[in-house]
This record gives sequence, C-alpha cells and structure tokens, in this order.
Amino acid sequence: MMTLDPIMLARIQFAFTISFHIVFPAFSIGLASFLAVVEWRWLATGNDLYRDIYKFWVKIFAVAFGMGVVSGVVMSYQFGTNWSIFSDRVANVLGPLLGFEVLTAFFLESSFLGIMLFGWNRVSARMHFVATCIVAGGTLMSAFWILSANSWMQTPQGFTIAADGRLMPTDWLTIIFNPSFPYRLAHMVTAAYLSTAFVVGGVGAFYLWNKQHMPQARIMLGMAVMMAALVAPVQLFIGHLHGDNTLKYQPAKIAAMEGNWDRTSHAPLYLFGWPNQAAEKTEYGITIPDGASWILTGHADGVIPNLKSFPPEDRPMAAPLFWSFRVMVGLGVLMILIGLTSATQYARGKLFESRWLYLWWMAMMPSGFIALLAGWFVTEIGRQPYVAYGVIRTAQAVSPALVGPQVAWSLLCFVVIYILVFGAGSYYILKLIRTGITAPEEAGTYYTHSTEASVIKSIKPGADHV
Amino acid sequence: MFDFSPYLDLPLIWGVLIATAILLYVLLDGFDLGIGILFPFAPSDKCRDRMMNSIAPFWDGNETWLVLGGGGLFAVFPLAYAILLPAFYMPIITMMLGLITRGVAFEFRFKSSEQSRRLWDYAFHFGSLTAAFSQGVILGSFVQGVQITGRNFSGGVFDWATGFSMVTGMAVVCGYALLGSTWLVMKTEDVTQDWARRAASYVLIFVGLFMGVVSITMPFLNPKISTFWFSTPNVFYLMPIPVATALSFFFIWRGLRTKAEFTPFLLSLAVFLMGYLGLGISLYPWIIPFQYTLWDAASSGPTLSLLLVGIVPLLPIILSYTAYSYYIFRGKASHEHLY
Repeated sequence: MMTLDPIMLARIQFAFTISFHIVFPAFSIGLASFLAVVEWRWLATGNDLYRDIYKFWVKIFAVAFGMGVVSGVVMSYQFGTNWSIFSDRVANVLGPLLGFEVLTAFFLESSFLGIMLFGWNRVSARMHFVATCIVAGGTLMSAFWILSANSWMQTPQGFTIAADGRLMPTDWLTIIFNPSFPYRLAHMVTAAYLSTAFVVGGVGAFYLWNKQHMPQARIMLGMAVMMAALVAPVQLFIGHLHGDNTLKYQPAKIAAMEGNWDRTSHAPLYLFGWPNQAAEKTEYGITIPDGASWILTGHADGVIPNLKSFPPEDRPMAAPLFWSFRVMVGLGVLMILIGLTSATQYARGKLFESRWLYLWWMAMMPSGFIALLAGWFVTEIGRQPYVAYGVIRTAQAVSPALVGPQVAWSLLCFVVIYILVFGAGSYYILKLIRTGITAPEEAGTYYTHSTEASVIKSIKPGADHV
Repeated sequence: MFDFSPYLDLPLIWGVLIATAILLYVLLDGFDLGIGILFPFAPSDKCRDRMMNSIAPFWDGNETWLVLGGGGLFAVFPLAYAILLPAFYMPIITMMLGLITRGVAFEFRFKSSEQSRRLWDYAFHFGSLTAAFSQGVILGSFVQGVQITGRNFSGGVFDWATGFSMVTGMAVVCGYALLGSTWLVMKTEDVTQDWARRAASYVLIFVGLFMGVVSITMPFLNPKISTFWFSTPNVFYLMPIPVATALSFFFIWRGLRTKAEFTPFLLSLAVFLMGYLGLGISLYPWIIPFQYTLWDAASSGPTLSLLLVGIVPLLPIILSYTAYSYYIFRGKASHEHLY
C-alpha cells in the first residue's frame, strides 16, 4: 500500500483551501469599496446610471461574499485540526490578532451585509449608504488583522520562547506592526482593488463590445481605466518596497525569486530559466547581466543573497517560487500597459471607439486574481521550510495524532465540494454578467418572489410597493 | 505589557465569555440550521421561499459566532483548541462541508433556474442536517472525554463515534428543528405558519425524548457528574433547572395549541439555555472534561488581558448592532406586498 504522508497532505490541504478562499475576500474587499463609491456618486449626483451599476454589482458581491464566508470558516478550524502544535505554540501571540479580526470585522460585515442586500425598503437611502460603507470598512479591517497575523508568521517579532516551547508575547505593538506588515498590507489591499478593477473593467468592455448597457458600461470601464492607469504603477512601486523588506528579513526567499544559487555580486536578472533544486543551479537561463543586483541594490555590483549560502534543509523550493514571481510581475506589467494605453486613448477621446482595447480588457479580467494568487505563492512558499519564519518548522507544527488516510479523506472531500460549490458560484456570477443590467420589470418571474426582489423594486424610484 | 491577572481571574472570565459565545451560536445558528433541516418537508415552494427569506438577512451574522467560538478558543484556551480539534477531526470536517453547501445555497437558490433550484434546496437541507448532526456528535464526544498524552490528543481517528455521540447528534438535530419551526411560527403566517406549528409539535416530542435520554445518561458517564447532581444540598439548588425545562416544554405545547406567536420560540430558547446550563455546570471547571481545567488550558495573562480590553467595549457594540439588524427585519417574512 502506498504511504500517505500526513504532513505533505496537510500542507496541500491548507494550500488548496486557502487559495480557493483568498480569491473571494480579495474580490469582496475591492467590490465593497467600489460599491461604496458608486452609491456615493448616486446619492451625490442623482444619476440613475450609478444606481443601475450598484444593483448589478451588489448581486455579484452577495455571491462572492457568501463564498468567502463559508470558505473562511474552514480556515479558523483548520489550524486546530491539522496544525495543533503550531496552534499550541503560537496562540498566545497570534490569538488576539485573529480574535480582533472576528470582533472588529466579521460581525460588522455580516450584520450590515443583511441591510446592504435586503434593507432597501426598510432603511433610508442614507442609512443604506452607511451600511455599504460599514461593510467596506469591515473588509479593510479584516485585511488589517489577517495580514498582520500572516506577516508575523513571515517576520515574527515581539515574543520570547518559554521553557515548554510556547511563544509568549512581550510587546503587542511590535507583534502587530511587525516588519513586513505595512508592506504586505499595502500590497494586498492594492492587489484586491486592482483585481476588482479588472473584473469591473472587463465586464464593462464586454458590454461595450456587445453594444449593451453602453452608458453604464462606459462608467465601469472608465473607473477601471483610472484604477489601472494610476494604481497599477503604484502597485509596482509598493511591490518593490515589499521586496526590499523581504531582502532584509527573508534573504533566502529573494535568492529563490531571483534563481540565484551562487552569485554574490553582479547577479543577473533571469527573464526565463528553470531552477533545479538538486543540481543547485538555474538552467536554460535567459538573463540580463547584473539585472538582479541592480534592481535590489541599485548597483550592478550590489551584493544579493544566494541559495547556496543557506543549508539545503533551510532553502525554499526555488522553481515554483521563481515562476510564481514572474507570473505576478508579468501580469503587473501588462496591467500598467493596458492602463497607460487606455488612458492615452481616453485623452485622445478614442477610448470608446477602440474595439481592440475592449478585447484586451476582456482578456485581462482574471489577471488580477492570477497575479494575486501568484504573489501569495511567492510569499508562502518562500516562508518554507518554516511555518513561523526561523522559529517553528512546518514539519514540526502538524497535529501528532494525524494519520495519512484521514487527511487524504478530508482533502478529497474539500476538493470535490469546492469544485462543485465554487464552480457553481463562478457559473452564477458569469450568468449574472451575461444577463446584464436588468430593469426591474424584466427580472425573472421566480425572482420577484424573493426578498431580493425588494432590492430591485425599491431601487427604482417611484416603484409601487403595495 | 499590561496584565490584569493579579487582579482578575482571567481564565474564569474568559471561560464564561467563550461559553456565552458558543451558547449564542447555538441559539442563533440553531434556528436557521433548523429551517434547513425542515426545508424539504414544507408544503410548497412558496413556503420554502418564505422560510429562506425569514433568515436570509441573519444567517451570516449567526454563523460568525461559530468563527468567534473557534478563533476565541484558539486565542484564549489554545491547549483545548489544540487537543479537541484533532480529536474531532472527522465531525469537524463534515460540519464545515455541511456549512459550506448550505451557506452557498442561500445565494444560489435565488439565482438558479427552475430545474437546478431543487438541487440547492437539497444542498441547503443536507448541509444543514450534516452540520447540526456533526455539532451534536462533537458535543457528545466532548462530554465523554478524549485520550490525551501530554499536550496532545493521542486517540484514534474514530474515537468520536460512540453510541452516546450518535444520540447527542440526533438530539441536536431535533433541537435545532424545534428552534427553526418555532422561529417560523413567529416570522411567517398563513400556510407556512400552520405547517410550522404542526412541525413544532411533532419535533417537541422528540426533543423531550432525547433530552431525557441524554440527561439520564450523563451521570453514568462520570461519577463526578452524578455526585454533583445527586448529593445534598446540590440536588435542591439544581432543582430549578429540570423544573424550568419541564415548564418550558409545557408552555411551548400550550403556546402551539393556543396559536401564540412568540412564546414557542422564546421558550424553545429557554429549553436550550437550560440544557446548556445543566451541561455547563456538570462539566465545570473542566474545559477538556476531567483532564484539564480552564486554568490549565488558558493563555498567558497578557494575551487574556489584551483580548479583554478589546471585548469589553466591542461585545456590547456587536450585540447592539446585531439587535438593530433583527429590529430592521422585524415582522413577518411575508412578501405579498412586493408583487
């Protein structure tokens, strides 16, 4: 019988469940803020196009948020089921961060979401806007705490190790604002905004291409163009600062990202290559000489870390890290390009005549999510072989009573259910996009039976509620 | 680093807070899981729409108490978290899968076509059923105790599967169905309400039976529980709990007969509260029954103090806006006025 390694399976299960999960909160963070802006524009200008946009995207938001919630519950229990040693050792330090996430964010979001989705004819327009803003604020608050906790695992500080191996807090501010946290928070929230912008822009472009809902679609694409042109370049800069921080605190991760095994100075920038862990070299390289040294230090002869200076058991897997990084940066560059191109076309008054540009925007729809996942692969694979960097090894963190078949079973269950459930979720989101912006009267017959029908009816001014 | 432990018994305070969070979870998610359990038995699709609508604005907030329970246990009693979760591995995973399938059904049901809606109806039902049963199983095996070596669970993969945990599993399913049906009596009218009333009276019998079986079995599980309940003077002090439970049962039954709208639900909550109290004081001061106490399993003073500073202002705020949300969506979940 083949042996099932519980550690490897538990790692795969965590990677699988969290990768599925993160897409939805990221989308929710972006969409909630987007909806707040749209509702604000509607209240401020009285322009009903914004109302149409709001009521269209709020349906998609509801689906994405629901999937984020249910896949998130899994996270808060999986630490215990599969990683009990980790939980026992770090809870004194990380516990409050996760606790505060629930107390300051989750309750806020879930309670006011009800009002946001179903409260149209029960609260005033102003109160409804407040609810939208509270939900948007809640998503950001949640990002604050969870990224603080994740960053602490990358750059743990502010603790001592007790005699029994448990970590005890010594300074809360150092724990919460650990060295990599500000960069990771900025990078992730910006990534969430950009990912959402590319979905919104892609949908706008899709409608423009099909000549449907043109006035609303122009606003969607216009807002997305602004984000891409202004924020995508900023994201590159934030990412660069984040990299500098990683260079200081997790040099092995940087070495793997650059595929650098032995150079100290004059390290080349690999545009392509295949890091071979066993042979300890990067094969098939296409390089820019001195490129990596120049980017990381500002000098062609700058000294950068190399993998061979770390014992083999302390090195992260270089190949997936190296490639995830290139996917992320490549997509980032494409985002900047499309942003600048679209802004130029806009300035020339030709944005809404360039059909080739619509195609490009449609193709870019998933780009944000792919880049975001790739970025997380970089940072999480780069944290290995530690679960708390330099303090607790992943292999020592797993629950001792866990046996292989048990994890294989749960992993299989998660894979099957997630593919079915989130496949259906994506299908319904696409269906909503295909259906487009429906006038209240056009809503399906069944739909008018539901509470959500109240959303549609009440958005329409002068709708007859009786 | 501030630390209140010289002045306050932090593990005890936190034991009470976590117990309260779990109770709130059981009461709140209890009724919406209960509606899922009853879902396929409703007389028509229109009834099902109303049942779903009566909980759609709340289920998400209700489930957040479960996240607080998990996150809270991790933060406050990490030893219990690290021992109990691996011990209940399989029921916890099935609970998660159940909660996922039922949770997404809320959104998908209203967005699906006529044919696939049936699929989500069943996803909602079986998800709710699985989650409720798994929670009951976890409860039962928690009360029975788990095998521990040092700071780790050291038992087997199927230790949780006992006769007793199966009974508590079914007990929780019936209990949630009672909460769900009496909630519907309160929040719906006409056909749905009549049906809910009938469902509640059937379910009430099963809840009584299961509560009786569990209460009789409990003292046999551990001599500490039986001495606690049956020694004098405890037996007199504790008498109000079974008496109040019996009275609640009687008045739920009468409320259903007299077509009262609010009392059946409120008294169902009281039945749960009594059951929970009875269980809680039987197990006090153990957080892992008969092996580790609240004080053994608690986090450090600074950790508990920081969290206390957070929860003291935040809990009242959370409870107020939760109450506000229930107030906004007060009244019957009727949508006749929308046509």
